[in-house]
Amino acid sequence: MKTIHVTTTVNGDTVEYLCDPRETMLDVLRDRLNLTGAKEGCGTGDCGACSVTVDDRLVCSCLMLGVEAEGKTITTVEGIADGENLHPLQKKFIEYAALQCGICTPGILVAAKSLLEKNPDPTESEVRYWLAGNLCRCTGYDKIIRAVMDTAADMREAS
Amino acid sequence: MALDDRKTTDFKFIGSRPDRPDGLDKVTGRAQFGADAHAPGMLHGAIVRSPHAHARIISIDTSKAEQLDGVKSVVTRADFAKDLSGEFSFVLENVMAGEKALYDGHAVAAVAASSALIARDAAKLVKVDYEILPHVTDVDAAMADDAPILNDTYADASVPSGLHPNVVRYHDSGHGDVDAGFASADLVIEDSFKTEATHQGYIEPHACLATLGNDGKGELWCTTQGHWIAQKTCAALVGIDTSQLRVTASEIGGGFGGKTTVFIEPVALALSRKANRPVKIVMNRSEVFRATGPTSSTSMDVKIGMMKDGTITAAQGIFRLQGGAFPGAPMEFSAMCAFAPYALENVKQIGYDVISNRPKQAAYRAPGAPMASFAVESVIDELCNKLGLDPIEVRLKNASREGTKASYGPRFQRIGLVETLEAAKAHPHYSAPLKPGQGRGVSCGFWFNHGGETSVSLALSEDGTCQISVGTPDIGGSRASMALMAAEVLGIDYENIRVTIADTATLGYNDVSHGSRVTYASGLATIKAAQDAVEKLCKRAAAKWGIPEDAVFWEDGCAKPSGANAGNFDPVPLAELTKDMGATGGPISGHFEATPEGAGVSFGTHIVDAEVDPETGKTAVVRYTVIQDAGKAIHPTYVEGQFQGGAAQGIGWALNEEYIYGEDGRLQNSIFLDYRVPVASDLPMIDTVIVEVPNPGHPYGVRGVGETGIVPPLAAIANAVSAAAGVRLRHLPMSPPRILRALVAQAHEG
Ligand code: FES
Ligand code: FES
Repeated sequence: MKTIHVTTTVNGDTVEYLCDPRETMLDVLRDRLNLTGAKEGCGTGDCGACSVTVDDRLVCSCLMLGVEAEGKTITTVEGIADGENLHPLQKKFIEYAALQCGICTPGILVAAKSLLEKNPDPTESEVRYWLAGNLCRCTGYDKIIRAVMDTAADMREAS
Repeated sequence: MALDDRKTTDFKFIGSRPDRPDGLDKVTGRAQFGADAHAPGMLHGAIVRSPHAHARIISIDTSKAEQLDGVKSVVTRADFAKDLSGEFSFVLENVMAGEKALYDGHAVAAVAASSALIARDAAKLVKVDYEILPHVTDVDAAMADDAPILNDTYADASVPSGLHPNVVRYHDSGHGDVDAGFASADLVIEDSFKTEATHQGYIEPHACLATLGNDGKGELWCTTQGHWIAQKTCAALVGIDTSQLRVTASEIGGGFGGKTTVFIEPVALALSRKANRPVKIVMNRSEVFRATGPTSSTSMDVKIGMMKDGTITAAQGIFRLQGGAFPGAPMEFSAMCAFAPYALENVKQIGYDVISNRPKQAAYRAPGAPMASFAVESVIDELCNKLGLDPIEVRLKNASREGTKASYGPRFQRIGLVETLEAAKAHPHYSAPLKPGQGRGVSCGFWFNHGGETSVSLALSEDGTCQISVGTPDIGGSRASMALMAAEVLGIDYENIRVTIADTATLGYNDVSHGSRVTYASGLATIKAAQDAVEKLCKRAAAKWGIPEDAVFWEDGCAKPSGANAGNFDPVPLAELTKDMGATGGPISGHFEATPEGAGVSFGTHIVDAEVDPETGKTAVVRYTVIQDAGKAIHPTYVEGQFQGGAAQGIGWALNEEYIYGEDGRLQNSIFLDYRVPVASDLPMIDTVIVEVPNPGHPYGVRGVGETGIVPPLAAIANAVSAAAGVRLRHLPMSPPRILRALVAQAHEG
């Protein structure tokens, strides 16, 4: 199978790779770029574990092809922290125990961050509906919702 | 230090809520889960699965697949161990079909290739000739005389004669005289119930990376709840010595009982042996649904007699569990848990384990108990309604207490059911007004909890910090609990303790992370290992001071002389003793291994408000409260998380989740779009109350908490929905079409 050359930006770094046209963005991130933070829970766009942002849009990377990344800017969970400073959401998720097994956490953090960038003051239902594409089987979502709401409050206060 | 006598209240670390030790790894994407492993020269495996529910395998032609560029090995049943017996033979049969494919999705062959895409292409080139056989997927149909026979050798000696060979095990227990009990009741209600199979639905699909050389030595990395059982089973299935296979548990992305057995791991090992390269296999979601353990579906009959004052005079339950194509449906747990919350003079329970053309069931959180509880607690609710009694008062009146002879035999030790009921009665949720169209339900639930083989090692470092090796994978934050318990014994800071999940080559055998055993058993072992180290530290201090060993005791992280007679010495902190340990006698470590038997049983009471839309049959859960006895909550935040997670899974089971099979015996809903687990917008906040009635079998009073939380929701929600809809719902899930049908039927009856 002929591979295709792609140049893109991932978490602030310019990267180049060759990929099979059938490979998903998630495959490329995990298998070619060794960024295994994004997880595959379903491969069909139903669980959100593979969530990344592409040019600031929240995307299921399992539904995007690797070749589509040409010229785009991609952020994964590995790019959320600023150097050694965790993003406020990351800190709150630890503090609130908003994770149990942690497999959904990368996708939920990426999705929640993208929500707070669009809507710094979401209601509980807005958070619940925004995160409805991110399955968590362990927590019952209670602590996740609280962590996101509290992060939003803190970030509003700080700005 | 007489730690075991210590009051369970004056703790320094236990009961606090520090950040979990693996938190940073998990929020940054650094944690390594099953599918995250890579090895040099690694191949990718793919599995060929039967599209038929029941079929004889006439022939398998792998030649086309083998010829594809990049394919390095192909395996079928011939590449696994021969002549296995007992449980191993069932596991092997499930891992790779022999003469027959027994369900849609049953593995029949596998390939390994240089890329995942090539492996997938190659799997399609494996040609299998099948002779299609008649199939059966429903539990009642599978027991009927004319049902197709899956295997006429599976039934064991417990099965009474005259039953269909698909009934493979039978259970019968109870005490008293139920007929006399029913005769003395003011009201007897008997009803039939059904529940459909649900999947554990962990977000991480099964994944592994395996190496097996032709010297018979192997390495396996996999997502599992128990790597020792994986080691033992995989070694047997590929025919090597157990100790030659070293298994490392990856971080685990959920299990809930579904990762207590193996599916792809032996296949990856067999492919690796043939190709002489590492092989990675990752299931896709559809494979997870089609070929790994859902729960059993059930068909149940429950009969209960009650006096006008709410006293239960007799209870009887028949529980038929369909557990897929192999024996092992947890019908005895259904039977034993069904009536456990109640002190009953006359009780009888019968269980049937029934095989059918579905994937082999695997444990799912309190296996067997939620379904039985659904049937029993629904009948109790109906009795309360008919007799005009308060459901919590009735449960209190009949509640099991310390000394009660359990419906399943032994007498209860100290238990906390009454305390959860009292807390429920006092909770503002129970007295809050309901809106029109809403209904409220309550239910109790019980789970045994479990001890199991456990081994823990603890090593002190020269700087006074500590490393603990445990053998139970951390599914939901157990590293934090272990560190808290060790900190409590050693008297050093929680942050100075690192907890590692050891691999099978570095620690003795450990039972699986299941049965709600980890905080109880690994916790107990951690405490004892820390006490072992403390004893050694006291010895060093005694030698230093030149006084007898028993004149030294441990308090607040220091060795101290035990009174004026021992001499007047300043306390020596742990770090001071470890600093010189090389010179004063060598390394200091602690160890403990045993099979703790004192796992305290656990009870919970749930309250739920539900709203039903009469036009569509759609249900919304509007308020939910979990009240459960934790014995002692080591890290209360994670205990709450277990309660909330159990309730959420129960909500999915009650309202929406089910395995749907077509006429052709194929699974119709094998992706998360169609098998829809609760999402954030489906649920309310889930309130929790932690009750603490200490378990006498644990130094700090711990009871397991993971499983009990999924036992009451099915019934609590069914009771709430039945109240809201004005019609009793006896078939789960209560999906909109089912509710609508019940509403229409009731309207016709007028
Ligand atoms: S893996 Fe992409 S949404 Fe589930
Ligand atoms: S924490 Fe396990 S799936 Fe969310």
